Amino acid sequence: MKTHILPAIKLTIICILFFSGIYTLAVWGIAYIVAPNHGDGQTVRVNGKVVGYELIGQKFNQDKYFWSRPSSVDYNAAGSGGSNKGPSNPDYLKQVQLAIDTFLLRNPSVKKEDVPVEMVTASGSGLDPDISPEAAAVQIPRIAKATGLREDNLRKLVALHTEKALLGLFGPSKVNVLKLNISLNNLK
Amino acid sequence: MFTYTEILGILLMFFGTVALAIPLGKYIAKVYGGEKTLLDAVFNPLEKLFFKLSGIDASKEMNWKQSMVALLVINAVWFIYAFVILIYQGSLPLNPDHNPSMTADLAFNTAISFVVNCNLQDYSGETGASYFTQIFVFTFLQFVSAATGMAALAVLFNALKERTTDKLGNFYNYFMKSLTRVLLPLSIVVAVIFLFNGMPMTFKAKDTVVAMQGDTSQVSRGPVAAMIPIKHLGTNGGGFFGANSAHPFENPNYLTNVVEMIAQLLISMAMIFALGYYLKRKKLAWVIFGVMTVGFLMLAIPNIMMEVKGNPAIAKMGINMSAGATEGKEIRFGAAASGYWSILTTVISTGSVNAMHDSTMPLSGMNEMLAMMVNAFYGGVGAGMLNFFIFIIIAVFISGLMVGRTPEFLGKKIEAREMKIAVLVSLLSPLLILGFTALASYFAAHDTNMGWWFGGKASTWLNNPGYHGFSEMLYQFTSSNANNGSGFEGLNDNNPFWNITAGVVMILGRFIPIIGPVAIAGLLAGKKYIPESAGTLKTDTLTFGLMTLAVILIITALLYFPALALGPLAEYFSM
Repeated sequence: MKTHILPAIKLTIICILFFSGIYTLAVWGIAYIVAPNHGDGQTVRVNGKVVGYELIGQKFNQDKYFWSRPSSVDYNAAGSGGSNKGPSNPDYLKQVQLAIDTFLLRNPSVKKEDVPVEMVTASGSGLDPDISPEAAAVQIPRIAKATGLREDNLRKLVALHTEKALLGLFGPSKVNVLKLNISLNNLK
Repeated sequence: MFTYTEILGILLMFFGTVALAIPLGKYIAKVYGGEKTLLDAVFNPLEKLFFKLSGIDASKEMNWKQSMVALLVINAVWFIYAFVILIYQGSLPLNPDHNPSMTADLAFNTAISFVVNCNLQDYSGETGASYFTQIFVFTFLQFVSAATGMAALAVLFNALKERTTDKLGNFYNYFMKSLTRVLLPLSIVVAVIFLFNGMPMTFKAKDTVVAMQGDTSQVSRGPVAAMIPIKHLGTNGGGFFGANSAHPFENPNYLTNVVEMIAQLLISMAMIFALGYYLKRKKLAWVIFGVMTVGFLMLAIPNIMMEVKGNPAIAKMGINMSAGATEGKEIRFGAAASGYWSILTTVISTGSVNAMHDSTMPLSGMNEMLAMMVNAFYGGVGAGMLNFFIFIIIAVFISGLMVGRTPEFLGKKIEAREMKIAVLVSLLSPLLILGFTALASYFAAHDTNMGWWFGGKASTWLNNPGYHGFSEMLYQFTSSNANNGSGFEGLNDNNPFWNITAGVVMILGRFIPIIGPVAIAGLLAGKKYIPESAGTLKTDTLTFGLMTLAVILIITALLYFPALALGPLAEYFSM
């Protein structure tokens, strides 16, 4: 056993330098060349001012905006995480019922059977940047009323911002809420 | 809304993996067989230098015991190194967010967790780890712990050759080859794909942003794109951020999700084919692949269906359920891909998540636990095949008894000593999982006051009441024993009770299932080779495959059914 200790320590030091040191630097170098914003994370700007990160969702709960999904971390990306509520937890089910009632109250033209389940349940990261095109569509009457914009213009806007499945074949379609709301502001 | 494109996405992920795993397996067999491969020109001189500086003669053959001693010693060095860095990370460089040092019990748990390829995380990356730790401890250990499992399996491959010997290659050589010929090049390829898709790779601190509605919030980032490739390729699973691969910076879109899915299964699956090429027993490899795939699909298909259908308790409220069980899930992946991921990450020992397992449906949670209890449907890199080998030995023995033939595997007799080791290894898991769950449940049920040091009242451990709370504890020990690292993350596990018990389970659950199979293989290698005859029980047949599957199902079902009945099954029937 003793014969292995010193070689093990030396090999460890070499592996640390090579497989985490040099490897990480190499990826960092590649990032500087190929990644958006040199690897610092892609930001979104309005009139030159950073209003957020493209991939990180933010809180939208005012009537004049398309809403984001509920978040367990209140969209503060200093942290991340889901509610971790189990499917049968009675307190959790009460919260969901409350969220449905609130959604109906603030979207009076929406029928209960049309409330999208994603809009009353929290995402896994608490930072979900997207909603489904259906969840955007259901909010259109409320936004039209709050902003005075025509519903068919809003429908066109949602269609414009709908990102289809990968290559049209794989996965769900979605709408990035931040980019959608920036365009919405431009319509006004 | 659920559409057929979500199903196509899953087919792409599965068949994409198989298509890449077959050639990769052939390549790995060549690497371990010492044949010439593509990257020799780059890495041969580098390896020579590394070994010379370390004072290692990598051409010296070792027996199985020497290999295992070398493995244990270097793992002990890594544990001490990691522990020391973790308790001092607050004062070390590359810590722009000024995250604090870890407490001793958390550092104990975390150091073990990354050394043993488990990556259970009782901390959150954003606040609990410095960039120095993420790079020089976690990324480093994700490379070397994966290579450890692969090297142990390479020793087993060598031992199963048709000859009698105690010389089974050199552990350091297999270890270094796994790193330079497989893990490193694949990691760089995957990293480049991630970078193009907007995954951050920066040393800058958290950014402060004033959002559209005027709220000020911070955005965590860091050198993410270097860690996530090896996190998956090495079936490690430890996330950069708290939300793991549900975090948009750790898994930006559906394409990266496909790549992460393929990456985590790729090497484990390739190892099956590598066995076939290495021993020139391709049919045996296909039988093993078949058994593992049937087992995997038996767990994955129900999960996809249950997650797509959604929570029946919410459906009763009469809303639009077309997006499925969305609690804890992300829109860009959808419920189907999250259901698929939940099983893929638990059959192999990755334990990364793209949705919160605590919020999956009761029987989905049960399947996730079953996947970890078996821990051999593909399994972790190296470790999965080692576990499966134990099931093969038991199946050979039982079928031998049933048909009245001497139990033999690949021309070597299976005798009492090998069987004792196989049975001890297979009984260790239930002992650890059920024993510790019983202990924790006793405290939680009696709401024992554990003292402030142990997380206060035991009832505060749980995030959910009733049966689901029991599942949270059962899941934690199952995940620790399987070296999986995923969790029902509602469990309040950052206190000495959970840090220490899970730490102990992780160590035993790692090294005994490595040493056991290698020991059996080492013993078999020393035995006389008996050429196949008409009287030999064939192990590369459909019948034997079914037999192995039956052994796996009987062992796990019998051992774990009572515990599963108290947790997820009871929750399902109460809904």
